[in-house]
Amino acid sequence: MTMAAISLLPGGMALSAEHRWSPPSHLGNRIMLYIELIRMEFVNNLAYRSSYLTGIFNYSIQIGAYFFLWDAIYSGRRILGGLNKEEMITYVIVAWVVRSFYFSNLDRRVAVEIREGKIALELIRPYNYQMVKFARAFGEALFRMLFFALPAGIFFYLIRPFGLPAGWPNGLIFLVTIAGSFVINAQISMIAGFLAFFTQSTSGIYRAKRVVMDLFSGLLLPISFYPDWARDIIKLFPFQVVSYMPNLIYLGKITGAAALKVVILQLFWVAVLGVIGFFFWRFAVKHVVIQGG
Amino acid sequence: MALIEARGLTKVFKLFRRREGVSGAFRDLFVREYRNLRAVDGIDFVVEEGEMVGYIGANGAGKSTTIKMLTGILVPTSGTVVVKGYVPHKDREVYTRNIGVVFGQRSQLWWDIAVIESFKLLRRIYDIPQEEYDQRLKKFDDILELSPLLHLPVRKLSLGQRMRCDLTAALLHNPAILFLDEPTIGLDVLAKSKIRDFLKEINKEYKTTVILTTHDLGDIEALCPRVAIIDRGKMLYDGSVEDIYSQWGHDNLEDIVKRIYQGQRPDRGSNDHGSDISSSGGDGLVS
Repeated sequence: MTMAAISLLPGGMALSAEHRWSPPSHLGNRIMLYIELIRMEFVNNLAYRSSYLTGIFNYSIQIGAYFFLWDAIYSGRRILGGLNKEEMITYVIVAWVVRSFYFSNLDRRVAVEIREGKIALELIRPYNYQMVKFARAFGEALFRMLFFALPAGIFFYLIRPFGLPAGWPNGLIFLVTIAGSFVINAQISMIAGFLAFFTQSTSGIYRAKRVVMDLFSGLLLPISFYPDWARDIIKLFPFQVVSYMPNLIYLGKITGAAALKVVILQLFWVAVLGVIGFFFWRFAVKHVVIQGG
Repeated sequence: MALIEARGLTKVFKLFRRREGVSGAFRDLFVREYRNLRAVDGIDFVVEEGEMVGYIGANGAGKSTTIKMLTGILVPTSGTVVVKGYVPHKDREVYTRNIGVVFGQRSQLWWDIAVIESFKLLRRIYDIPQEEYDQRLKKFDDILELSPLLHLPVRKLSLGQRMRCDLTAALLHNPAILFLDEPTIGLDVLAKSKIRDFLKEINKEYKTTVILTTHDLGDIEALCPRVAIIDRGKMLYDGSVEDIYSQWGHDNLEDIVKRIYQGQRPDRGSNDHGSDISSSGGDGLVS
């Protein structure tokens, strides 16, 4: 029957013109793809730049509130949690500005794709899903760095001057560590998003993730303020290398070899989270059930 | 060696059954009741290179599930699929470089950006040489009249326009196999005929193997010498359209298929021959 079908082919062209089946892609080509994705996401975000201006306003209010809060807490006290008042103000501003860079919606995006069945369209693509998602998130982060974090930082500096990085080696290592903050935050978000494979209601997961991140990364409160037992627990997780430690490097509280050790610690967590993400993805894809037929 | 070879292909979904009322919901918290649904039940499906096969069945018959297993999206519960030596769900990253997929219900283009940007990105994803890309885009443009659409974001396109763009997106990398899941759903007559002409042309020119699911038997009559009919996970018929006509003794495909869905069998002598196979079949042809 199938032979009959072939003879019905129109045109009577030679069937020997077989399709050449494409081999796997080269690393060089994949890197070109990632660069293209970063570029695309960057350009894409330019279209929505007005929403970022309102974002700067929101962050100003946020930082303003913390400013007055810490001002009140410090009244009459010189040093709290190893930081004086000036350092604390700098800590808060730097922490929030850096957050605007590394923050991503990856968890929500991944969860929505899974829940709405759009993941099917990702599974028919010859690429590494996670790498593609990271590349796009990075494009967005670069955009926010240039059009949000930097202007916001300058803006805050003009209305309330804060400390600059403690020396250029620390400034440099700080920049390296915030790149690490981006990667680690993205990896944690990705894994949180994957949980949508296992539960239908996901808003609880990413709300929980956000609170845990903001609290244990040291964004809301420097880790030095926590009691010893809590610090011992936080040490076991990757959260504090996202915000707390880069901030201390900026302030000059961690310098030299200790600062480089933070970078190594970040690399360690990137590797660990990478392995966890890999297995999560492999397991989830095997059990994928596409919603809606 | 056949291009696509599926043997005993089966997909069982575990469905969580909610019990009624407050006490039921409370019990569901602790002990869940599951029911197994055999969406695809031991089908054999062999496709040769260059074929155009129509794959039809009532809603929920298992068409999409089959396509999803053939494209590597779903992992079969049992049975095997081998396509040109690849196991789709295992060799996904290499295998998918050689197939194109279109879901009629869902666009694969990036929603907020201009169509041409999606195409450019696809060029990178599939490593299409620039020259080949330009050539193919021009050819598709000639047939599908894409030019006026290229600089619009996908969300601004009508369904017919979107489908033309989606088809182009699925074919830019010259895939060996094109899977189409209800490609003409919701389209007007003119748009439908344009798409059909295009598919015929692609099959002829590039030897692309085409497998399409549809509820519109006009698609089958226009395109597919061969048709496979699935009902409640089982393959009811797999053969040439010509043979169906001769078996049933007339050539109204819609009428024949309706009867097949209802569990009837060809006339040949007794009319009631197949009526014991339950007549509560699928919900007809209307989608």
